[in-house]
Order: sequence, then structure tokens, then C-alpha cells
Amino acid sequence: MDLKDKLLTSHIAFEDHLKADSPLHDLRANALKVFEAKGFPSKKEESWKYTSLKSLLKEEYNISPRGENAIEFKDVKQYFLHNVDTYKIVFIDGVYSSYLSETTHDGIDVCLLSSALDKSKYSPVIEAYFNKAAKLEGLTQLNTAFAKEGAYIHIPKNKEVDKPIEIIYFSTGNEAAMFSQPRNLIVADENAHVQIIERHQSLSSNAVLTNAVTEIFANKRAMVDYYKIQNDALSASLVDSTFIEQQRESICSVHTFSFGGQITRNNLHFKQEGEHCDSILNGITIIGEKQHVDHNTLVHHVAENCESHQDYKGIFDGSSTGVFNGKIYVEKEAQKLDAFQQNNNILISDKATINAKPQLEIFADDVKCSHGCTIGQLDNDALFYMRSRGIGQKEARALLMYAFANNVLESVKIPELKSRINKLIADKIGVSLGFEL
Amino acid sequence: MLQIKNVHASVEGKSILKGINLEVKAGEVHAIMGPNGSGKSTLASVIAGKEEFEMTEGEILLNAADITEMDPEERAHKGVFLSFQYPVSIPGVSVTNFIKTAINETRKAKGEGDMPASEMLKMIKEKAELLDIDRKFLSRSLNEGFSGGEKKRNEIFQMAMLEPKLAILDETDSGLDIDALKVVANGVNKLKNKDNAVVLITHYQRLLDYIVPDFVHVLMDGKIVKSGTKELAYELEEKGYDWIKEELV
Repeated sequence: MDLKDKLLTSHIAFEDHLKADSPLHDLRANALKVFEAKGFPSKKEESWKYTSLKSLLKEEYNISPRGENAIEFKDVKQYFLHNVDTYKIVFIDGVYSSYLSETTHDGIDVCLLSSALDKSKYSPVIEAYFNKAAKLEGLTQLNTAFAKEGAYIHIPKNKEVDKPIEIIYFSTGNEAAMFSQPRNLIVADENAHVQIIERHQSLSSNAVLTNAVTEIFANKRAMVDYYKIQNDALSASLVDSTFIEQQRESICSVHTFSFGGQITRNNLHFKQEGEHCDSILNGITIIGEKQHVDHNTLVHHVAENCESHQDYKGIFDGSSTGVFNGKIYVEKEAQKLDAFQQNNNILISDKATINAKPQLEIFADDVKCSHGCTIGQLDNDALFYMRSRGIGQKEARALLMYAFANNVLESVKIPELKSRINKLIADKIGVSLGFEL
Repeated sequence: MLQIKNVHASVEGKSILKGINLEVKAGEVHAIMGPNGSGKSTLASVIAGKEEFEMTEGEILLNAADITEMDPEERAHKGVFLSFQYPVSIPGVSVTNFIKTAINETRKAKGEGDMPASEMLKMIKEKAELLDIDRKFLSRSLNEGFSGGEKKRNEIFQMAMLEPKLAILDETDSGLDIDALKVVANGVNKLKNKDNAVVLITHYQRLLDYIVPDFVHVLMDGKIVKSGTKELAYELEEKGYDWIKEELV
């Protein structure tokens, strides 16, 4: 039985475990129908032209986690931020780990989706927001059909969350090959401020395929900063679809740091529904060997006087492959827009490949939209300049790569996270320098 | 200190240096002048070890050691410094961090540990003052948005920090007004001593009023055709390079 059939047939049993009168039954049934019709994406679809899931779909995945497998904190300490206090929502093989987490209901809700879907006090928020931003794509609807667990974050009006929130999904590998579908829902009310860091981490060398969906709703004047750390094992693959809807005067940023994993596909869609919104999409990709990272971004401008700023940098070594597909869609009404998109790539080996396609669809006539896309190699003149000062070739190349990725790091607002990413970059480049940029 | 013996060099198959012989002793200042296209910058690049230039014949000795096959960084570790005619900008790397890395990499190559931070800061402060460089400048990205004069001053600042045995200054005066030129020349003069040597590559005589050479060589069509003392520079200024061409015929 292939994965698609396996999933379709398992759905009845899955729904049995949930409350009979839940309005979610209909939602999920419809979602399943969409997945049944569309199936997994193939290379015939334009936006999946360069990313094939075929090899991943051949695995015999366990699609229903059996129960919480214990992990000692000391074994996973390295995946958390140190020296800064945070809220934590941690899952092991798809099941909540109260031991590793630190949730709260004190003025804000930082807790579990399963509770939110189940308890009536959360119904107003669920009814208003759940699945309202997610697109009608096969994989997104597959996640919706099986959405059961993940992070639920609701920040009420005017609340500025005092600590960053870490969301971590661990896979222990005790389940051989695992297919997991986490679902996050984040709602920031008027003028709420929140910072979130998310990562997926496999702790074994068994295959893991994660089909994650995150919906973020930023109400008027809200500020949401989301950081995705993608430094998973080389046997783990991820399709991450994040949908963000912004109301007027809100500012949302998503930083995606892609260093690990086998195949990673990031679908990142922003929709600016109100005036004076600002959307920031930044990414650093550093991969090698046979890794593959595909960034598919969409910023949909609907209202006037908005801004969006995208800066994706990629460094590709070995036989790695990268894709950047960045679309800016400007409706007729979205006048006075200031949109900027930049994608810069460096190929370090001649076996690496990058396919970049910036797309602008502009229907308004009073806007400023600029985009730049470069694919190149390290600057030989700069390398010689450094070597002439005694900096060895390896260190000179590393310094140039650091410098290349640097300005994306500059916009990271959590100092501890910034230095952590700095170290990850140093590890990936294979050199440690005596200072931090 | 520096011995260049019968050096021939070409770039992309085109022969530029056609047999250069030059000897520079410790404590000396040599000026190399010549018309455009004579091979002045090529000579500087070949001594520094730029890989695009192929040395087809001859050898280069630094303190009797053959550096002909050495990588640019190895030559730098042995004490060669090239002040670039067009310094490269490296956005994202600050002036301070760049020089810190350069110094510590050189120390590492010699088996020494990193320079202690306090010593490094002191040295940076000292050399910045020497070259009239504002402290704010030091945290800017290397050469990014710098004026011509600022770039050249930054080159000499690096020279001051690295304390090379042989400094090759490639058209250091180009693009500088008289005040910037004075600051740069003053810096070089303060760094000169009996144990190191300076090779000035210049198109115009003007610089030589401020950094006085012991020897002046004229490079034409890839060869040194005439050598003399600083008076030669004045003659060239007066009579132009054509005068030498006629003399040679």
C-alpha cells in the first residue's frame, strides 16, 4: 500500500479517537477529500518542478505515533536556547512532553493544539482562525485532515510576551521511519508582541518525513517574529507550509535558517489584508553533500501603503541543490507599496545547482517593487586581498561566506539566538573564527 | 632582503614582465616608475603571489629564501605586504575584525597563540592615531563606501599593524589629494626602519617628495631600463618617459 492509500484508509480510525460532535469532523472530512483528489505533489506541477518527493514517499512510514518515548533533558539540552529564559512547547514523536515543556496560561496562552481543539473555552478562537489561512493544496489539506497536535499560542490585546517561545518537535527513531504532521496555530491580538523559535529534530538516523503547517494571524498593530531553525539530521525531510495573515499596521518577520535535513521545502505565504503592514522574509541556506532546500515564498499585497522585504542568501557545496521561487503579487488596490526582494547565491562546488525564479505580478500602478537575484562564486579578488594579509585560503573563504550571510543575521532580535546561528554557520563552513561578526 | 632574478611573467598567455632584475636591501626605499602598461602592477602582484599571473622564468628570494612557489598567505607570513592600488571591499567584515584575523592567522602560522585582546586594542589605537583614523571608522565594513583617500589610509593602517619586512606600495598616491598624501606618506615614513624595506610603485614623482627613495628604477615594456637616485625622478618629471625611449635607441 503506498503512503497515500495508507493515510486515506487510516483516517476513519483516526477520527474515531476524537469527540463525535466536534465541528472539526466536517472540516477534516473535506480536507481529506481535497488530498484524495490532489495527492502528493509531483514534478509535473510548476511549483514542484525542482523538488521531487518520490524517493521520500517510497519509505514504509509509521503514521500514528504510539505514545510518548522518554528523552532525558541532558541528551537534548543542545537543541534549546541557553542563557535566556523561554517558554517551551515540546513534542516527542508527535506527543506532548510535559517534562521538557514550560507552558502557561498566565495572561497569555502558550499550550497545546489538542487542548485548544478539545476544550470549549478555546472554541471562539478556533472557530475564528483555525484553517482560515491554510491554502487548498494537497499537503496542507492532508495536514488539516489529520491535525491533532502542535503548538497553540494566543496573545491577547496589548500584551508583550516577556520571553521567547521555543517550539520543538523531536523524533526518537524508535518508530523506524516516521511520518509526522504537526499543526501550529498562532494568534496575536491587537498590538500583541511575540517571538517564536521553531525546530524539528530527529535524534536517530531513521527516516523522518514531517508535513508541518503553521497558521499565524497578526491583528492590528501586532508584532510577530518567527524563527525557523532547520538543522535536522540528514535522514530527516520536511515540508513546512506557513501561512501568515496580517491586519493593518502589523509587522511580521520570518527568518528561516536551513542547514540540515535531506529534502526541505518551505512554503511561506504572507497576506497583507490591511494598510501599513510590513512583512519581512529572510533566509540563510548553507548546505552541501546531496542536500536539497526549496524556498517557495509568496507575499500577497491587498491594501495600500504597505511594505515587504525579502532577503534570502544561499551557499551551496558538494552536489547540493537549491531552489528559490519568490513571488510578489500586488493587487490593483495595493498602491504606494514598497516591496523589495533579494536572492543571492554562491556555488562553492561545481556540482552544486541552484534554480532561482523571482516573480513579480503587479496590478497596481503606483508602487515601488524591486528585485535582484544573483548566482556566483566567491570573489577571487577579495580572496587574494585577504591571503595577501596572511589569512589562509580556507579561512579567507570562510570569512567571505560569513560576510555574505551576515546581514541576514543582523535582523535577528534575540541575541542568544543570533550567536547560536552564528556558531551553526561556523560549523557548516567548517572553520571557527576568533570573533563574531 | 629582496632579490628578483630574471623574472618573466605573463597573464592569460600575454607576456608582461620580460626579465626583471632587482635587488632591495634592508633599510632601503626603492621607487619603480614607468608609463601605463609597463608592468608596474604586474610586478607588485607577482611579488605578492597573485595566482592569475604566471611566472614563466626566474626566481624571487626574500632574505635568501626562495618564495617563488609560495602561496600569497605564506609570503605574507614571511613578511611581504602589498598595499593595493584598488583595495577590495569586503562588506560584512569590519576593519578591526579583518586586521585581528590577519594578525592572528600570521601568528598561528608561526606557532604563536592569538594576540591578547588588550594588546591588540592598544596596537589598534596607536596605529589609528598614527594615520589620523577616526575610531568610528574601525567598525565599518572594510573599504565599503570608503573614499579613495580613506582606502589608501586603511592600507597603510594594515601595514602598520602587520609590521612587514617588505612593503610594496602599488600606486598608493593615485586618487589622493595633497593632504591625504601627506598623512599616508607620514605613516610610511614612521614605519620605515633599518630592518625593513619599501618598494614604491608610482606613476608620478609627487609622492617621492614625501617618501624619499634611495633608488629609482624605470620600468618600460616589462623590463627595468634605467636606474638611478632620486634625481632621476625629477628628470622624468621634466622630460617625460619619451626621453628615456630616445636614450635607449
